[in-house]
Amino acid sequence: MPLIDDEVAEQLEEQLTVLENEVNLAFFTQEFECESCQTARQFLEEFSKLSNKINLEIYDLKEDSDKAEEYNVDKIPAAVLLDKEKKYSGLRFFGIPAGYEINSFVNALKLVSGGESELDDEIKDTAAKVEKDVHFQVFVTLQCPYCPKAVEATQQLAYENDNITADMLDSSIFNHLAVKYDVSGVPKTIVNETEELVGAQPPEEFLNAIKNL
Amino acid sequence: MGLDFNLKPSQDEETEYKTVDLDPEMTYDVLIIGGGPAGLTAAVYCMRKGVSTALITDEIGGQVTSTTEIENYMGYMYVEGEELVDKFEDQVKQFEIAYQEGKRVKSITDDQINQVTLEDGTTYQAKSIIVAAGKSSRKINCPGEERLTGKGVAYCAICDAPLYADKEVVIVGGGNSAIEAAIDLAKIAKEVTIVQLLDHLTADEILIERLEEYDNVNILYESEVAEIEGENKVENIVVQDTQQNNKQDIAADGIFIEIGWIPNTSFVEGVLQLNDYNEIMVDCKCRTNKEGIFAAGDITNVPFKQIIIASGEGAKAALSACDYVLKS
Repeated sequence: MPLIDDEVAEQLEEQLTVLENEVNLAFFTQEFECESCQTARQFLEEFSKLSNKINLEIYDLKEDSDKAEEYNVDKIPAAVLLDKEKKYSGLRFFGIPAGYEINSFVNALKLVSGGESELDDEIKDTAAKVEKDVHFQVFVTLQCPYCPKAVEATQQLAYENDNITADMLDSSIFNHLAVKYDVSGVPKTIVNETEELVGAQPPEEFLNAIKNL
Repeated sequence: MGLDFNLKPSQDEETEYKTVDLDPEMTYDVLIIGGGPAGLTAAVYCMRKGVSTALITDEIGGQVTSTTEIENYMGYMYVEGEELVDKFEDQVKQFEIAYQEGKRVKSITDDQINQVTLEDGTTYQAKSIIVAAGKSSRKINCPGEERLTGKGVAYCAICDAPLYADKEVVIVGGGNSAIEAAIDLAKIAKEVTIVQLLDHLTADEILIERLEEYDNVNILYESEVAEIEGENKVENIVVQDTQQNNKQDIAADGIFIEIGWIPNTSFVEGVLQLNDYNEIMVDCKCRTNKEGIFAAGDITNVPFKQIIIASGEGAKAALSACDYVLKS
């Protein structure tokens, strides 16, 4: 039975028609798949068929450790977005981007395929000038209508600068990390282990958090 | 493992957004504060009347954004809150309206020309104002609540419930939203304690019956939360019995506050006349006690807070404001 039903598939297909260039998805799983890895793989296999601009490559976290290292993948299920030249974008999804997160995922694909982000030029410039390595980890639940805003804001910043990485993490799947970072309300964003932001903050606030690092 | 998708409809290709930035030098005919059903409907009516219009909102959609299912807005048998907001947004942004999202208004002053000052200090001017800033979740206002918000104090049960699997939680309130939250949490949490001020629940019978199916739910009637304790996250809830006046501690990892809504009227206090519930008093033409200032939607004393009523009131306020601008 497909995970994406016909009605949703049709809507997605239509939304994906705006993809400008090809996008490559690198998905990481392992030989003996966990339940969520299996679901994530099936989801991505179905999803990537909805547009001929999307190419899906499936990797094994252990066997393809060179690839995992290249994109800094340390947990699964993980989907890494690469542009048409297979250049790493810094945009990653840990878990399954279903529920409200389907929207972040579609928007991330649009960005990496060469779309324009909604950020003001001023914010884009500031983001582009960030010199330190920045890692945003946005903890979400799939039922949270506000969460995609935080995911999209951080990923738009990450798209402007190779030093910035922005991850979506499903708190239910990566429960141990949610506990580690004391996630008791979503969205919650951890910036380089030291800073944290609760709530769907605007991009300016995420930039401010970078300044505090 | 099945998956659900809450896919937002794509912006209609036909509608190109034409919004422009607000100009502090300009005097608008109508300035709308608020981007819920009332404010957005008012915007459409004003733009169609051809008056110069500005709209400032903290968050587009307001309470509708956090409403999962809507089954009583005409034209839709079923629509999700987010989806309805997207449709409203498309309808407003097809116009060349001055639009600002993500800003809060600090104060308004009434004069020949009304002034609206934002929290960031910017001031805008308008001949007339429509206040449609809606309501926000009511807070308990007890020690610990603000400090621990996002650290176990939660106002969005549907968002945060999955984080409380096998944990102990407290739910404050006894209405529909409180009982819906209690049911969602009872499915996964170890123990759920409901703290209700009245001696009974006010939720619909069908919800109460559904709640009774769970044996990990305990209800404390005629009780209120006196304090939320915990160093960096919620650890303990102090509950006070309003009859006996004795206090008890309830160990909890999270507390979900579902005690209704309060009007966002702090920025009009001292300027506009409010009722005992802090709602703006309006007449049947949405006029406030100050000439040129109108109000619409859940922020007003108009009974029954419904999306369709707020939208209708927004239309009325816009037509009254346009009338005022043309005559003055």
